Amino acid sequence: MNLSISLTVNGERRDVALDDPRVTLLDLLRERLHLTGTKKGCDRGQCGACTVLVDGRRINSCLTLAASLDGAAVLTIEGVAHGDTLHPVQAAFIAHDGFQCGFCTPGQIMSAIGLIAEGQAGDDPERIREAMSGNLCRCGAYAGITDAVLEAQHTLAATEKGRAA
Amino acid sequence: MTPFDYVRPTTIAEAVAAAATPGAAYLAAGTNLLDLMKGGISRPTRVVDISQLPGLDRIEVQADGAVRIGALVRNADLAHDTAFARAFPSVAEALLSGASAQLRNAATVGGNLLQRTRCSYFYDTASACNKRSPGAGCDARGGENRLHAVLGWSDACIATHPSDFCVPLVAFDAVVEIEGRNGRREIALEELHRLPGTTPERDSALEPGDLIVAVRLPAAARSFAAHARYLKLRERTSYAFAVVSAAAALEIDGSVIRSARLALGGVAPKPWRTRAAEAQLAGAHPGPAAFRRAAEMALAGATPSGDNRFKIELAQRLVVRALTLAAAGTPARVAALPASPFSSSIAGALHVA
Repeated sequence: MNLSISLTVNGERRDVALDDPRVTLLDLLRERLHLTGTKKGCDRGQCGACTVLVDGRRINSCLTLAASLDGAAVLTIEGVAHGDTLHPVQAAFIAHDGFQCGFCTPGQIMSAIGLIAEGQAGDDPERIREAMSGNLCRCGAYAGITDAVLEAQHTLAATEKGRAA
Repeated sequence: MTPFDYVRPTTIAEAVAAAATPGAAYLAAGTNLLDLMKGGISRPTRVVDISQLPGLDRIEVQADGAVRIGALVRNADLAHDTAFARAFPSVAEALLSGASAQLRNAATVGGNLLQRTRCSYFYDTASACNKRSPGAGCDARGGENRLHAVLGWSDACIATHPSDFCVPLVAFDAVVEIEGRNGRREIALEELHRLPGTTPERDSALEPGDLIVAVRLPAAARSFAAHARYLKLRERTSYAFAVVSAAAALEIDGSVIRSARLALGGVAPKPWRTRAAEAQLAGAHPGPAAFRRAAEMALAGATPSGDNRFKIELAQRLVVRALTLAAAGTPARVAALPASPFSSSIAGALHVA
């Protein structure tokens, strides 16, 4: 059985012929499109390492069939920087030591970008932590991650304000 | 995952026809089904992908004030819909207390209703489980069962229903709209989930091909908006299923409870409505005495299915806490830690209740 889907990945249109409907978005990205920045942790929706944005919303790519996403726009960690300029969330993770081993970091950063876009947490650290609970960090960099999200949110809000002015 | 045929119907009628054959399963977001398929617990031979079906992703207010929620509305979208959350705050709180932000962004209303139990013996294909393999036996009975059911269970199955969303829904008389081979019908949510009896493999009243297309909350549920809470005790405060949970809602007239709604989660094979406790509360003065009596009535008939006697007392205390917080008034905004009894707002904390 061959399923043809077409989706936009990091701004680029990709036409994919799936030879098996079991392919998840995560496996499509890593094994077929060779975008290995998105990590496979538990592969069961528990750790958040595979978080990407689909049509602007953060989801677990391990629990999504690629075949379901015909026509969708996917943003992965490879697509967030502008050339050599890091995304404000990436820069904030470095500034605040928001990681140690780095394995969960692409998922943490994509989740943080999704969280900021959702606009529900404000600058309450408790709400940030709650909204990031779908991303596990076995190194325990949570304190730095919370600080990084708070700072990145401020940076992005200031940029928005600057643009509006 | 075992191999399957993948079909993506474009109409509800096509979907029902495609799913009516043995071995077929509906796929919406897949947050539960794909997990079950990866673990070999569910092995559908045909996956009917309904995620692109048109018209099922709307939240509509009907002429009589009822709200009709399409089956493909995402959990996060419903919880953050301003008008919905204002009218049904405990439903929004329950949604936000479940899973993670990523899962809530994907998971659908219909899928939430039909998610399977998280009993670890159901999930472990090396264990005996009557729900997974009818007649195989139940390893949970002699196993690690402190989190299992204390109400509604049978010798064949002691698993609990895991949904948070369904708990306030059942308290508010939600109705499920179903499209099946013989057309459209509707049933009360309370009748959707089955007790296990001797056939725990059947979770619900749905027949092959039946597709949930919407859930409706009647207008009467709006009158509880000022005093409605969902509380959920978990082994960690976020991203965990309930040990016990309670949805409590009151209509208060001066110093008297005009009517009450009360349902429990995490204690039974289905979301557990407690009508006797509700009747007990009607006409009572809102306070510790009435709340404790209601809690006792809510858990009347509860019996341990294993090492879980503690859940009976725990659920009673949670009911008292939920009623106390509901009486105090719905907060203007869902707490930073939704449904947590340990949230920064400690009003209603009765540590010696």
